[in-house]
Amino acid sequence: MKFVESTGKSVEEALRLSLIELGVSRDAVDYEVIEEGAKGFLGFGAKDTKIRVFIKENAVDKAVQFLSKVLNEMNIEASITAEMNEDSLSIAMEGEDMAILIGKRGQTLDSLQYLISLVVNKDKEEYIRVSLDTENYRMKRKETLENLASKLAYKVKKSRKNVVLEPMNPYERRIIHSALQNNPYVSTKSEGDEPYRKVVIYYDYKKSKVSNS
Amino acid sequence: MKELIEVLAKALVDHPEQVNVHEIAGEKSIVYELAVAPEDMGKIIGKQGRIAKAIRTVVNAAAVKENKRVMVEII
Repeated sequence: MKFVESTGKSVEEALRLSLIELGVSRDAVDYEVIEEGAKGFLGFGAKDTKIRVFIKENAVDKAVQFLSKVLNEMNIEASITAEMNEDSLSIAMEGEDMAILIGKRGQTLDSLQYLISLVVNKDKEEYIRVSLDTENYRMKRKETLENLASKLAYKVKKSRKNVVLEPMNPYERRIIHSALQNNPYVSTKSEGDEPYRKVVIYYDYKKSKVSNS
Repeated sequence: MKELIEVLAKALVDHPEQVNVHEIAGEKSIVYELAVAPEDMGKIIGKQGRIAKAIRTVVNAAAVKENKRVMVEII
């Protein structure tokens, strides 16, 4: 992280000097006091305050800059909108060729999202969750998975045989788990290792006994 | 395509000036050899190759658009 150290008679003065040095405004920086100054007495024992000033890197700018560079190199024209809410960053793309950016089962979209989150969270202490979307794909995929979950749950209830789904990422597995959380007959669990971890839907005898009694 | 790989790699590493992409054109496909500073290897491969996989997925998407077959090798 980029920072400068500066000294002054007070924190305000040191800060003011460092802002001039960095050429940025007050809200673009954070600072910490390294050495507390002392007024001294009649000029004896006076000590300057020393502070360290950090330039706050703007996550939104970083993400948009990176993504637009990547899209440019991919020869894909898209407009990007990004919005920061507390500790999560939502980015949406709009344009042609969005199918290429989504990829099979959203794998290109997920990869891009993962790379953006690495770039945004590089050298950072607090974690920012990044979500990348286009053409409302995330919402549509969620609906698809929820429909799939209820169809398969019905099948499991009838056959009492386990159904193993195809490998999914944690986010998609969670959609399945929560979709069937309150199902009175079946339960879900995850099996296998990443990135091939799969959801298993199984007939839950304990649950069913309770619901039948 | 070469520039795309450079953009992706440079954004992830600590020493972007040491990112180097070498293009080897084959008959059916193009191989890109990506080299980074030794201490940046982890930043480009990731746990269980997760980052490398994401880079390949994005590069493949770009290749599909241009009807090319590409491979990214990290050396």
